[in-house]
Amino acid sequence: MTGVTGRRPGLPGVRPAEVSPWQCRASWRASASSPAPGFNRWLIPPAALAVHLCIGQAYATSVYKTALVEDFQVSQTAIGIVFSIAIVMLGLSAAVFGTWVDRNGPRAAMFVSAICWSTGFLVGALGIATDQLWLLYLGYGVIGGIGLGIGYISPVSTLIKWFPDRPGLATGMAIMGFGGGALIASPLSRQLMDLYDPDYDGTAGTVPGGNAVALLFLTLGVVYLFFMLFGATIIRVPAEGWKPDGWDPSSVKQKALVTTESVSAANAIKTPQFWLLWIVLFCNVTAGIGILEQASPMIQDFFRDDAGDSSVALTAATGFVGVLSLFNMAGRFVWSSTSDFLGRKPNYMIYLGVGLLLYIGLATVGSSATWLFVILAAVIISFYGGGFATVPAYLRDLFGTYQVGAIHGRLLTAWAAAGVAGPLIVNGVLDTQGEPGTLQAGDYRPALFIMVGLLAVGFVANLLVKPVAAKWHEPKAPGAEGAPTPERSAAR
Amino acid sequence: MSTPAPSQNGQRPVHTPTGLIAFAWTLVGVPLAYGLYQTVRTALDLFGG
Repeated sequence: MTGVTGRRPGLPGVRPAEVSPWQCRASWRASASSPAPGFNRWLIPPAALAVHLCIGQAYATSVYKTALVEDFQVSQTAIGIVFSIAIVMLGLSAAVFGTWVDRNGPRAAMFVSAICWSTGFLVGALGIATDQLWLLYLGYGVIGGIGLGIGYISPVSTLIKWFPDRPGLATGMAIMGFGGGALIASPLSRQLMDLYDPDYDGTAGTVPGGNAVALLFLTLGVVYLFFMLFGATIIRVPAEGWKPDGWDPSSVKQKALVTTESVSAANAIKTPQFWLLWIVLFCNVTAGIGILEQASPMIQDFFRDDAGDSSVALTAATGFVGVLSLFNMAGRFVWSSTSDFLGRKPNYMIYLGVGLLLYIGLATVGSSATWLFVILAAVIISFYGGGFATVPAYLRDLFGTYQVGAIHGRLLTAWAAAGVAGPLIVNGVLDTQGEPGTLQAGDYRPALFIMVGLLAVGFVANLLVKPVAAKWHEPKAPGAEGAPTPERSAAR
Repeated sequence: MSTPAPSQNGQRPVHTPTGLIAFAWTLVGVPLAYGLYQTVRTALDLFGG
């Protein structure tokens, strides 16, 4: 389903005489990965998944958290910081290196991401084996966090370019992989630690030794390096002007809010649209984290009687976390794919508007029946995942494909901010309500209504999103319909 | 499904081997299926399964 127009890869509408040495270098980089006609685009999603399934491990750190607390003889907070550093570095590196990723292409980005992510595990393993916590911070937190950020954005703009007819489906597949990464890493880590430590069997009450966690880090570092390099090997960027057979680009213009113009990353952050989307993502993620952060104790607390006993057992609460993980992953694919038909703005109206109503339902009638609580929470979490997966396509609609990777990277600072704000709100409110293990449904209401307020803010921000003003559009080269000037478009 | 098209940039049309596509999807699909299976097993505990 491929077809190539008459333009040269990376240099639309430009005669050779107009090409500067810098542009030649950029063109070489582009042609190094631009495939010949006939290349099958369905090789690109598994390349993206190979990276996202690996970096999604970041959400499985709770598996060995207790083991690290006991091994280092430090507080939960001291180990929890490792994850926080990684998420903050994710946001920062995606913002800082987004333009570099767009300029150098997905292969270079995936390669760097693989090296950083793998090195993070190896340095972390050294830290655990030698009882040096700062090495764990530096390795998994800082170096691995940089790999997370670059890896997260690396395939997104490429997928959008290969699937201009279904950008939501394409990014949904990749970002679903990030959710799927935790599903794989959690049971795999338990089984590997069981293998490395005979005294640990994965059941409640047993904790693996530090050496088992160090060996786990070594194993994951090597396995993830292989997987991510495989993705980097098979990824390709389409030739400039490529479009799927039978797809009419003019059909895009007929949809509201969808542009065929191009806006640079530097200009995008000067537009109100970028900051409205930043607020939308921040509110949606903060509200989702409100449930994810507390999922296991929350379901037990919601069904706790006045005597302090919960009708939900610990194993059932763990099952609830599993249900949320499944809906988080499925929501990324299903909702993002749906946005190709409904439109990005209506989809976010659902995530935020319906999410708001579901949150009110959770706060008011959520404790009336377990099945109702589970359904409400599961749909809310599916919106949380959907919000992550739909945002790259929303950015494409508003700013074009030109530097969508770099713009996406800058937007992910909202994720880093929400990663701090969400737990702060929930834990801060619950701390005022009583001791863990004694809380009941009513104690959660203040936190849940704060989330309702946040979702209302996000809903209004989404409503205010309008097409980007023409003054921010990149100028076009004469005769190059839909393409920015060559000195800009040559950059990948 | 790819339809080779004439190239004006000197590149010859290629055919992406179906085996390569199948291998790539298998490589990511098998771990994902494993993770899904394990998570569904855990989730069943919620329903007393």
